[in-house]
Amino acid sequence: MNDLTPAGRQRRGAGFYWAMSWRMLWRDWRGGELNILAIGLVIAVTSITAVGFFTDRIERGLQMQSAELIAADLAVTSRRADVYDYIKEARQNDFQVATTQQFRSVVLGDDRPQLVEVKAVSEAYPLRGALRISDNAFGADETTGGIPSAGDVWVEARLLQMLDAGIGDSIKLGNSTFKIRKVLRYEPDRAGDLFSLAPRILMNIADLDATGLISTGALVNYRVLIAGERSSINSYHKLIENNLRAGEELVTFEQGRPELNTALRSAQQFLGLAALISVLLAGVAVASVANRFSVRHLGTSAMFRCLGASQNTIIQLFSLEMLWLSLIASSAGCILGMLTQFVITQLLDQLVLTQLPPPTFKAVLLGYATGILMLTGFALPPLLSLRHVPPLHVLRKDVTSRPVSSWLLYLAVVLCMSLLLYWQIGDLRLVATVTGGIVLTLAVLAVTAFLLIMLLNRLRGSAGVAWRFGLANISRRPAGSVIQIVAFGLGIMVMLLLSAVRSDLLNDWQASLPENAPNHFVINVQSDQLAAITDYFKAMGVANTRMYPMVRARLVEINGKKVSADDYESERARHLVTREFNLSWAESIQLDNELVAGPWWERDDFGKPLLSLEVKLADTLRLKLGDVASFDVNGTRLDFTVSNLRSVDWDSFNINFFTVVPPGVLEDKPASWVTSVYLDSEQRQKLGDLVRAFPNVTLIDVEVIMKRVRGIISRVSLAIEFIFLFTILAGLAVLFAAIQSKQDERRFESAVLRTLGASRKTLMLGLLAEFTTLGALSGLLAGLSATSLVWLLAEYVFKFNYQLDFTLALSGIVSGTIIVVIAGTLGTRSVLTNPPIKTLRQNTV
Amino acid sequence: MDNAVSNSFVEARHLGKHVATREGVLTLLDDINFKIAAGTSVAILGASGSGKTTLLGLLAGLDTPSNGTVILNNNNLNDFDEDGRAMLRAELVGFVFQNFQLLFGLTALENVMLPLELAQLPHPRKKAEELLKRVGLGERMQHYPNQLSGGEQQRCAIARAFSMRPRILFADEPTGNLDSKTGKRIIDLLFELNAEQGTTLIMATHDAQISRLCDQLIHLEAGRIVEQVNSPGKGNSYE
Repeated sequence: MNDLTPAGRQRRGAGFYWAMSWRMLWRDWRGGELNILAIGLVIAVTSITAVGFFTDRIERGLQMQSAELIAADLAVTSRRADVYDYIKEARQNDFQVATTQQFRSVVLGDDRPQLVEVKAVSEAYPLRGALRISDNAFGADETTGGIPSAGDVWVEARLLQMLDAGIGDSIKLGNSTFKIRKVLRYEPDRAGDLFSLAPRILMNIADLDATGLISTGALVNYRVLIAGERSSINSYHKLIENNLRAGEELVTFEQGRPELNTALRSAQQFLGLAALISVLLAGVAVASVANRFSVRHLGTSAMFRCLGASQNTIIQLFSLEMLWLSLIASSAGCILGMLTQFVITQLLDQLVLTQLPPPTFKAVLLGYATGILMLTGFALPPLLSLRHVPPLHVLRKDVTSRPVSSWLLYLAVVLCMSLLLYWQIGDLRLVATVTGGIVLTLAVLAVTAFLLIMLLNRLRGSAGVAWRFGLANISRRPAGSVIQIVAFGLGIMVMLLLSAVRSDLLNDWQASLPENAPNHFVINVQSDQLAAITDYFKAMGVANTRMYPMVRARLVEINGKKVSADDYESERARHLVTREFNLSWAESIQLDNELVAGPWWERDDFGKPLLSLEVKLADTLRLKLGDVASFDVNGTRLDFTVSNLRSVDWDSFNINFFTVVPPGVLEDKPASWVTSVYLDSEQRQKLGDLVRAFPNVTLIDVEVIMKRVRGIISRVSLAIEFIFLFTILAGLAVLFAAIQSKQDERRFESAVLRTLGASRKTLMLGLLAEFTTLGALSGLLAGLSATSLVWLLAEYVFKFNYQLDFTLALSGIVSGTIIVVIAGTLGTRSVLTNPPIKTLRQNTV
Repeated sequence: MDNAVSNSFVEARHLGKHVATREGVLTLLDDINFKIAAGTSVAILGASGSGKTTLLGLLAGLDTPSNGTVILNNNNLNDFDEDGRAMLRAELVGFVFQNFQLLFGLTALENVMLPLELAQLPHPRKKAEELLKRVGLGERMQHYPNQLSGGEQQRCAIARAFSMRPRILFADEPTGNLDSKTGKRIIDLLFELNAEQGTTLIMATHDAQISRLCDQLIHLEAGRIVEQVNSPGKGNSYE
C-alpha cells in the first residue's frame, strides 16, 4: 500500500510543492515549453530594470543637480537674522554650513550710482555646484572653488558696462571701498527673472559689517545653506519642515534654474516610455504563449487528477512553477538590466551631472515585481483553468475543461497593464487615458482585422491552390487569426512607432533648442535707439532682430485694495509686490505661450486697459479673471482688468513676459526695449564695440546654461535609442509568440496534408501565402495605427509640430509582410522538416 | 442513497449515464448491476460505442453517474466530491489507457516516477528504474515517448500504473493501438504483474479472446449488460 492515504496526504508539506514544481519547471524547460514565456519576461525585466537603475541614478543625480540650484542640500531663508540659529544645530549634526545675505543697494563707481543686488557669502559657499568667473567681460570663464577675498568683489559683466569700469577698478558700497577682482559669469543659485534683476555684486560676508548697510529694518534676505550625507539631511529636512518659525522658508530648487530640470525630466519621460512599451509588448508575448502552454498542459493536469492530485495540488504546483520561472527570468533580467544600465551611463558619460551616484537596488525590486506581476496577470488566468480539467479527459479528449472566461482573462491583462503603467507614470488619470486608448486601439484592430478576413474569404475561390490553402488557414479560424493579426500588428506598430519617434520626435526635441537659438539677451534699449541697434546687429550679420517693449510699473492695488508684502505668506509673492513689473504690449499671443483661461484680445480691444497674466504669477498673487490690478506707471495710476491667463514655456530661452497689455495703452509711457540674438564666437568679440556705442544697453549671456541643456538632449537621445533596442526585441518576441500560438494546429494539419500527398513545396507555398497575407494585413493596420499614435504623441505629450505622413502605413505593409514571412517561415520550419509520422505518432498527452 | 456495506470490492448498482443532445436525451449506460470480488480479473466486452469506456470512467470515479451508485472498497462514490474521489484513486486505483497517456515532455523514467513523486514516496527513481527493467525497458529509460514504439509506450504506461501498487487496475483497450503480437506481450505482462501484486483488474476490450483470460466477463451492448459470465474460458490462452 502506498503513502497516499489521507494521513499521508496531510503530511505533504510546502517542501513537496517547491521540489515538485521545480522538477516540473525543469522538465517543461527541457521540452521547450517555456522559451517564449521566459524570453518575454527577461526582455521586460531587463528593460524595466535598466531604465529603473538609470532613472534612479538620474533621479538622485537630479537631487544633486537641484542641490546645485540652491547651492546646498538644504537652505532656510528668512528676513530675520535669527535664521542663523540653525547654524549651531546643523554643525552639531556634522553638516557643512555656509551663510549668505542678499539685499539691494547702490554702488558708486566714479561717482556714477547704480542699483545692484548684493550677495555677501561666507567661506565654503557654494556648498553644492560652483561659481564660474572670468578676467574680462566676454572672455573664457573658469570654475572656482573660492569666494572673493576681504576687500574684493566679483561683479556681473553688465555692471562693468553700466559703470564703465574694468577689472582692478574700485567701487564704493556703503562706507567701504572694494576692488573689482573678477567678472562673475555663473552663480548656481541665482534665481528669478533675468530682466528685472539689478546686476550682481558678490562680496565676502566678513566685509559686510564695515559697509554699515545692514541696519535694523533693512530688507535683507538671510540664508543658511546646509549640506551633508543624504539620509541625515533628509531626516533633518523633515524635522525643520515641521518646525519652521514665522517668516522662515525652505528654499526649493524650483526657485533655481528650471531649464536643466525640464530637460532632464523630458529625458526620463522618453526613457520611461521606451521601457514601458517593451514591458507591455513583452506582456503581449507572454499572454499569447501562456494560453498555448495551458492548452498543452490539459492532458498533464488530467493525468495528475487520475493519479489522485486534488484541484488545489494542481493549482499550487502550476502556480509555483510559474513563480520559479518568474524568479529565474527576473534574476536574468536584473543582471542584464544592470549591465545595460552601465552601457547607458557610459553613453551619458559627459552628461550635465558631472558624476552620477552609484546604482541602488531599488530597481532590482522593481524588476522582480514586474516579472512576478507580468506572469500573474498575463499567464496565470489561463493556467487557472487547468484546475477544472476533468479526469475523464484521459479517456475522452472531447471532455475538456471549462475555459477561463475571456472577460476574466482580459480584465486580468488590463488590470496588470494598468498597474505597470501606474508604476511607471504615477498619474492615475493619464494611466486611465492610456489604458483606455490601448484597449480601444486593440478593439479597433480586432474588428478591422475580422472584417478584412471575411473580405479575403470571398476572394479565396479565385486564387491558386497554395493561396487557397493559405487563405483557408486564415479564414477557417477567424478568432485565432484575429488574435494573430492583432499581435503581429502590435509588434510591427511599435517598431514603426519607434522609427518615427527616433527620427521625428527626437529631432524635434533637439530642434526645440537649435544650435543657433538666441544666446544673448539685449536689454535696456531706449526707444530712440531701436533703429540704430537693429542696424548694428544687421551689420554684424544678425538679421530679423525683433524688439519687445517693456514699461516698468509697480503693482499698487488689487480690486481697489492696497497691496502690501504683509498680505502674502509666500516669499515669492512678497518679493513680487515689492519689485517693479515689466509691462509689455503685443497684438498677438507669443507662439510658445498657451492660453489657460479667458480669450486673447481682438483688434477692437486695442487701447483698452486689459491685462494678460502668466498663470503661475496670477496664482501666487491670488489674481483671477476679471480682477482689477492697478499699477503705478511712472507716477500715473492705471487700472487693468485681468482678461486672460497664459502658461509660458520658460525653458525655451525666448523672451517672455509675466504681464502683457494690448497695443495702444502704454505707447506714451517711457519704455525700454529688449531682444534676443544668437551670436557666434566671432560676433561675440564685437560686443565690446556695441557696449561702447550704446553704453546704456545691457547684454546678458546665456550661452553657458544653453550648452548644458543641449548636452543633456544629445546624450539622452543616444541612451533612448539604446533602450529602444529592447523594445524591438520585445516586438520580435511578440511575433514569435503569435506564430507559436498556432504552431500545434499547423504542425498537425501539415502532417495530415502530407500523408494525403501534398508535397513539401505545396505546404511551403501555402504557409508563405498565409504569412504574406497575415503580414500585409497586420502591416496595414500597424501602419495606420502608428501614424495616428505618432501624431497623438507629438500633439499632446511632447508638444512638437508633427506632419501626418502616410508613408508610414506603406512601410508598415512592406515591413510587416517581410518580417512576418521571415519570422513565420523560421518559426514553422519544423512543421515542414519533421517527418509527418513523428507528428502523427505523438499520440501522447 | 444506498450505503449498505458490500462484500464485493467493486459494485455497480442500477448505474446509468445519460447526456442531453440536440436530438434529445442519449442513454450511454442503463441499469448496470454487478459485483466484482477483490483480486479477480474482469473483462468488460463490447463493440465500439457500447459504453465500455463510459462504464470504466464511472467505476474509477473519473465521471459521475446520472443515476445509480458505484461502491469501491466499501466507499459509495456518490458521497465524495471530485477531490475526495481523487484521493480514493490515489489510494486504490491504477490506469492503463488505449492511447498510453504518457506525458510527452517527460522521459520514460520520469513518467513512471511521476505518481511516486506526487505521492511523496521515498526513492521514486530507484523504484521506477526497477519497474522499467521489469517491463523490459531498462535500456530506454531516458527516451521520450515519441522515441518509443507503441508497444514500448504501453509497457512504460503499465510500469507507471503498477508503480503505486494499486489495489485495482483499470485498463481501457490496452491493446487497441497495438498489433496482435505486441498486444499479446502487453496482455501477458499485465496479467503477470496483476498476479504478482494481487491486483483487481477491470479491463474494457472489444477482443473476445482477451476476455476469455479473465475470471469474469461483462458483455455490453448499447449501454446494457447482455451477458455476465464467471470464468468465461479460464485456462484458455490468448493467441
